[in-house]
Amino acid sequence: MGPEILRDVSFHLPERSFQFLSGPSGAGKTTLLRLLFMSLKPTRGLITIFGKDRSKITRTELPLLRRNIGVVFQDFRLLDHLTTYENVALPLRVRGREESTYRGDVIELLKWVGLGERMHVLPPILSGGEKQRAAIARALIEQPRILLADEPTGNVDPQLARRLLRLLLELNRLGTAVVIATHDLGLMDQVDARRMVLSGGRLEIYD
Amino acid sequence: MTETTRLLKNLGARLSSSARGAVARKQMPIVPPDNVAGRAMVLVIAIMTFLSCLTLGAVTLVRDTAATWQTQIAREATIQIKPEEGLDMAAALTRARDIAAGYSGVIDASVVDAQATARLLEPWLGTGLDIESLPVPRLVIVTIDPMSRPDFAAMRAELEETVANATLDDHRTWVDRLVAMARTTVTIGMSALALMLSATALTVIFATRGAMAGNGHIIEVLHFVGAEAPFIASQFRRHFLLAGMKGAAAGGIGAILVFIGFYWWSSRNMATPEADQATALFGNFAIGPSGYIGVGAIVIVIAVLTAATTHVTVLSYLKNVDSTHPDSM
Repeated sequence: MGPEILRDVSFHLPERSFQFLSGPSGAGKTTLLRLLFMSLKPTRGLITIFGKDRSKITRTELPLLRRNIGVVFQDFRLLDHLTTYENVALPLRVRGREESTYRGDVIELLKWVGLGERMHVLPPILSGGEKQRAAIARALIEQPRILLADEPTGNVDPQLARRLLRLLLELNRLGTAVVIATHDLGLMDQVDARRMVLSGGRLEIYD
Repeated sequence: MTETTRLLKNLGARLSSSARGAVARKQMPIVPPDNVAGRAMVLVIAIMTFLSCLTLGAVTLVRDTAATWQTQIAREATIQIKPEEGLDMAAALTRARDIAAGYSGVIDASVVDAQATARLLEPWLGTGLDIESLPVPRLVIVTIDPMSRPDFAAMRAELEETVANATLDDHRTWVDRLVAMARTTVTIGMSALALMLSATALTVIFATRGAMAGNGHIIEVLHFVGAEAPFIASQFRRHFLLAGMKGAAAGGIGAILVFIGFYWWSSRNMATPEADQATALFGNFAIGPSGYIGVGAIVIVIAVLTAATTHVTVLSYLKNVDSTHPDSM
């Protein structure tokens, strides 16, 4: 067993809430997001996700629960052999949906995030900002109950960062709880939202 | 209402509507269709299928040839009369022939005359032989209906009782040896085939595991977007079924071409000593419809084996994906 990254961490993410998760590098932001996303099990302690005890969630239940969680990865995690459009449509495709039922929605979302002209382009051709927007669009396409974003504005200029933040705020107003892990104080200052600060493996919450 | 709100509200409403009337276009498979590991796997499957088909072809050839030999030998029996001083050979031969012909199941019985016997001995004793002056055993060839064979025991007893120095050889020993040889060869061939199919399955397991490792990022992303294990497995299964079918078809076609090539060679060299030698051993090199059906069956078995092996391998891989990819976010 490795070193304890998080300890005595206790918090509740209410539905429709909006919060920033910040802290220095190595403080455990990504680990906390992974715990919330159920890609990691806690060595001890209790995590309840959508009213279910994490330790009792079976392997079969896991994908179904994950469908309620949108994730934006720091390194985008786009599939290089699929076009921007196909990457954004992936969550719908894995649910077995016919392409004709979602094509219009995906195109509309891509246009809104400014990728309307880049939808048939493969990710290696996209710029960092474009990849980031594609990754955000993929996380939003199913209107998840909670969105976890790891440095979602880390690769974009301030203007686009504001635009993406506005998109996440709108998503939040429509009912999605949002957790944004970021170092960017400028970004946090734009919104009066709860701040969860991790330091030395402990969490402090500023409402 | 802002543009974003409208967009997201529309999105929610539209996601539930089923018919959108948009033009469907072909989407890229989730597992990339072509990479170096995939091509190597197709090649390995092609080679394994080729060897399996050749083994099956050889087994079919031996089995059919043995069956032909067996039928030919079983169609005949031989009565041998050894010479003895004072024995009227001609009368003995006629008597033996009449006795044999009297049994039901005997189509024909004929005495091998002196000239034919001389020809039989020609390779050892040379030409111009006076067969009457030598104590050479004489033969009666009994042609048998293989469907209703005569009572050899009764025939043997009667011959030994009635004709001096007569022995009946129904070729039972030869037939039994041939049957045993054919069975052994077929068993060895089938065992080799089973080993090859097992090796193919193992190759597919290793290739799948390699491909899994190479496509680990795809599996992770699929996991994160909420794909269930059977869905992910089906994507890989489809990919490998296609690879398996390509490889198996190529191997099968290669084997059929070899069979056709052998057949063409043997029919083109029909009267040459080499071909006669080969024909004596292996028949006429024709694999026959059952051989070709067998090749088709092997192609299908290997393709299905590839798909099934992949499915199981992927599922077992997915079971451990969270623990084997600790840096997955």
